Amino acid sequence: MIQTTSPEIGGMGHAVKRKEDARFIQGKGNYVDDVHLPGMVFGHVVRSPYGHARLKSIHIDEAMKVPGALAVITGADLAAAGLAWMPTLFHDKQMVLATGKVLFQAQEVAFCVATEQYAAADMAELVEVEYDELPVLVDPHKALDPDAPILREDREEKSNHIFHWEVGDKQGTQQAIQGSPVTARVDAVFQRCHPAPLETCGCVADFNPVTSKLTIWLTSQAPHAHRTLFSIVGGIPEQNIRVISPDIGGGFGNKVPIYPGYVCAVVASLKLGRPVKWIETRSENLQSTGFARDYHMTAEIAADRDGTVKALRVKTLADHGAFNAAAQPSKFPAGLFSICTGSYDFPKAFCEVDGVYTNKAPGGIAYRCSFRVTEAAYLIERAMDVLAHQLKMDPAELRLKNFIPSDKFPYQCPLGWTYDSGNYAAAMNLALKMAGYQDLRKEQAEKRKKGELMGIGISSFTEIVGAGPGHTFDIAGIKMFDSCEIRIHPTGKAIARLGTKSQGQGHETTFPQIIAQELGIPQQDIVLEEGDTDTAPYGLGTYASRSTPVAGAATAMAARKIRDKARKIAAHLLEVSEEDLDWEPGKFFVKGAPSKAKTIQEIAFAAYTNLPEGMEAGLEAVHYYDPPNLTFPFGTYICVVDIDKGTGEVKVRRFIAVDDCGNIINPMIVEGQIHGGLTEGLAIAFMQLISYDESGNVQGGNFMDYLLPTAVETPHWETGKTCTPSPHHPIGAKGVGESPNVGSPAAFVNAVVDALSHLGVTHIDMPIAPWKVWQILREKGIT
Amino acid sequence: MAEKHHIRVRLNGVDKEADVEPRLLLVHFIRDVAGQTGTHLGCDTTNCGACTVLLDGRPIKSCTFFAVQADGREIMTVEGLIHDGKLHPIQEGFRQEHGLQCGFCTPGMMMSALALLEKNPEPTEEEIRWGISGNLCRCTGYQNIVKAVQYAAAKMHEGVLV
Amino acid sequence: MIPPVFEYVRPNTIPEAVSLLQLHGDDAKILSGGQSLIPMMKLRLARPAWLIDINAIPDLAYIREADGYLQIGGLTREADIEASELIRSKYPIIHETARVIADPQVRNLATIGGNLAHGDPANDHGATMLALEAEVIATGANGQRSIPIQDFFQSIFTTALEHDEILTEIRVPAPAARSGGAYFKLERKVGDFATAGVAAQVTLDSNGVCTKAGIGLTNVGPTAIKAVEAERFLRGKKLDAENIAGAARQAMEESQPSSDLRGPAEYKKGLVQELTKRALMRAAERAGR
Repeated sequence: MIQTTSPEIGGMGHAVKRKEDARFIQGKGNYVDDVHLPGMVFGHVVRSPYGHARLKSIHIDEAMKVPGALAVITGADLAAAGLAWMPTLFHDKQMVLATGKVLFQAQEVAFCVATEQYAAADMAELVEVEYDELPVLVDPHKALDPDAPILREDREEKSNHIFHWEVGDKQGTQQAIQGSPVTARVDAVFQRCHPAPLETCGCVADFNPVTSKLTIWLTSQAPHAHRTLFSIVGGIPEQNIRVISPDIGGGFGNKVPIYPGYVCAVVASLKLGRPVKWIETRSENLQSTGFARDYHMTAEIAADRDGTVKALRVKTLADHGAFNAAAQPSKFPAGLFSICTGSYDFPKAFCEVDGVYTNKAPGGIAYRCSFRVTEAAYLIERAMDVLAHQLKMDPAELRLKNFIPSDKFPYQCPLGWTYDSGNYAAAMNLALKMAGYQDLRKEQAEKRKKGELMGIGISSFTEIVGAGPGHTFDIAGIKMFDSCEIRIHPTGKAIARLGTKSQGQGHETTFPQIIAQELGIPQQDIVLEEGDTDTAPYGLGTYASRSTPVAGAATAMAARKIRDKARKIAAHLLEVSEEDLDWEPGKFFVKGAPSKAKTIQEIAFAAYTNLPEGMEAGLEAVHYYDPPNLTFPFGTYICVVDIDKGTGEVKVRRFIAVDDCGNIINPMIVEGQIHGGLTEGLAIAFMQLISYDESGNVQGGNFMDYLLPTAVETPHWETGKTCTPSPHHPIGAKGVGESPNVGSPAAFVNAVVDALSHLGVTHIDMPIAPWKVWQILREKGIT
Repeated sequence: MAEKHHIRVRLNGVDKEADVEPRLLLVHFIRDVAGQTGTHLGCDTTNCGACTVLLDGRPIKSCTFFAVQADGREIMTVEGLIHDGKLHPIQEGFRQEHGLQCGFCTPGMMMSALALLEKNPEPTEEEIRWGISGNLCRCTGYQNIVKAVQYAAAKMHEGVLV
Repeated sequence: MIPPVFEYVRPNTIPEAVSLLQLHGDDAKILSGGQSLIPMMKLRLARPAWLIDINAIPDLAYIREADGYLQIGGLTREADIEASELIRSKYPIIHETARVIADPQVRNLATIGGNLAHGDPANDHGATMLALEAEVIATGANGQRSIPIQDFFQSIFTTALEHDEILTEIRVPAPAARSGGAYFKLERKVGDFATAGVAAQVTLDSNGVCTKAGIGLTNVGPTAIKAVEAERFLRGKKLDAENIAGAARQAMEESQPSSDLRGPAEYKKGLVQELTKRALMRAAERAGR
């Protein structure tokens, strides 16, 4: 990224140090649990121990005897107010507090409120709930069996089938498969996992009975959308709700849904007329909030004998848990899964997905998934490797052969997307070079002769982010634009507010850099705020890597509106016409007479003191940006592993990540995002699983068994970049936050399979725990 | 309700007295009784380290220690790092090397790092990773945290902080 | 997350602590490092009405050699065992064990006494002390008594300690010349309990023949396991690859792992075999030095 502003201005491409760090390194962040209000009381949720049961009775007398007990809210209480159920973000509803039955272990059954947090916990233990157990359904493959228990009695159609969705050319793909000499097939499960940000979800709901205003401090990645939904669901006038999303300790999609705990806290606050704090524990977070993945996928690639791909057919079974609470655009029941043709030029493709209910927690869209792109990228990258091994072709060579050529962009893929730009070969070639690929293959061949197991895995993913154009995208009906409002002060400093909400991505530093680029105001002179719905312009929030593509564009456009007005003021000050002026970051000057100039600071001052006749005072603008298309970042990752034959342990020796996200605002921040996302991908590939036994008991429901890597397990990440700007984006940028999580699991898995491929291994499902590798080696007589 | 105990804890150099239930966890004493919310809670099974503070100079998980046990002892939290308005080299290191993103693990991470450097002023990368192995981070992938600690080690070695 | 209500007392002497244990009987538990007990209380799986905090009792934390033994006080923190130069140089098997218990913060509070007294088969010191044929010193109402480690672990979470006894010392016989030991633990990540762990301690004569062998297994049974058959197999033999492999196979047979989230029983057995091999090789190297 070529920097075209000075370091003092700090526009695009500068590795500006972060403004937000000042408070975090001093322990002065303001996370939701740090909020203390006078008279504040505490909530604690009572949860179902059963995966499927009738709710017979709830007795609260013992709980109410706890000193400090104030109230116990049950589903029956909410039902009386029409709030026992709430809409999900995806054409379904879910219980706030259980009525009639419970549908997953850890489901919310009652909400205890006490003057002290410890008392609320004591209350929860004393609430007596009677259940009649019902047969449990945890295997999605059995959900549609004739004898499967029907989970959702509230739905008209008495079936566990939620949706069928398909896209592409079914017949054409079928014919291409039948007519091709080679078909490679993989059955790949992307296991249920959980984003587990370090800060759990929670809120402080503060209803002021005097003003009738409800203020909610909320762990929210989308504060405006949440405000609107609280208003509609709760019947509270929207002007009387203020959602404040303060500092958020990581989101990764976990903080997009509205959870029952929030609703209960709001109801309790309305009822008691005082602030109610509810912060969930880690176990509650893992067991009841939005999980990720649980996609059971099959891909078939048809190809010629020389490896040229002809068709892709994909069939997926999606386990959604007890309610369809997938937080994704409303026309896409499988999110953006149809990006599954990936970086390859498939003439024909067909994709179908069926969603089912099971007795598990609801969710599905989370963990840096870009709306199911993680599943799609994993599948196609696994399938390409299966094809490569089947054809005894080098996996890099097979990919290079089939990449969409760089001159074919904008590219219309057979499943409907128009990729904006790409140069897949450049990223691949850089990654191969950084890795020293040929030497690695030589080393592998030598090691193989000695019986040592070493593997090299490649993943060349294409991402699709920046949702999204109004004609196609909305969440719960709200279009997915985003916004930026900029106000320049008389002394040339500025404040900007966005409709997005950072949870660590550094917006307070990066968005001012866009403004600095456009206006030449030093980035340190620009304050950036997000998250308070009373002051920030309406936006859809931060997730699915959309902030830079959408709000970043809005920021540039708002800045350009300001620059347009600034030009008029400059012309007035310099007594020339606008056409006689040229611009360089920070000043307008007269063409041919560069000393006759006005700085943006002088112009700002004039906007309040010396305006042209008839012009409104002030220097500000707001822009709501409707993106014309999504953006398509991409990259190639290469992973090198060594396997300990005696124990099955896989050691990641090296990991090379080449990412292309177009023009970069702050390379330091992008690199940090890559490191973090790769570490999540590592965890998913090797360690993470949320599972349920046949009785519906959740396994991996706390940090003892849901594993997060420490600094010891995490390898050193080698990063590189290429730059293929987005032609439709005002600053040529694409998103990047999720690319490492999208692209890396396949690289890890491909490497392990590659290490064992000479033994006939073609696929291993994640998480690849040492015992899985060991069992394979034992079967093959290696250990 | 159990009998309350009167405790005096020296928190960041200042004595804090209170009457507390025995079951009050030290982390809640620090956050809710003493009002120092820089120390965070990230889990309920003693795995994440977000609550790490120094007890008589040694890093411990304050979620797995009762406030009554801290009677008469010294606790240092992230709020105690700054000295005469000057940032500690650890804090500087985290900022210079982009060792934080959401900031939630950062206080605990810095306390572990500080203790590591006081015991081992010139740690290798392996020793740094081992030294912070009780602190989980979801955002950074640890790479820049390692650099932050190396920055602080170099700074402290210079004798900047007496 | 929030422990239930309990009463708390902090005695200043062992006799005080012991009489409190007698007074409150099953309603009381010792609070030592608390790194096993407090997490269980936070999950409300353990609900002692009384916690007797022994951390103020003086002279319970020490690492010294005396009377032909390495003596470690029951209240000695794992971090101090890890940092001890004496232990690192003369008893590396103990250093290697302490080092992989939980994580650095937990090790600053966790005690060796608590680690052994808790009786969790997943705790690491058990296997190592079985391999070293250590002795537990328990102090109760009737004074001190010595319990051979082989008799100490009875069943899961149950040891030979009486309810009113405190584990005040663990003592390890000073090894003869040409002795060496090692501890190998495989864990899913730092901070986890062992998927399997093996401690091996050997003594060789001047011809390299094994005169003494101790092998302990972590987390592959209801208690830490002393692999007595594997030990018997090695006595009188040279520690060459074939004999080590034989002992490793034997140790595997003596393990009784269960399948769980860390892996199937068959895998854990395979691990015991592999880790026994590695531990014996390292122990032999150290003995041969």
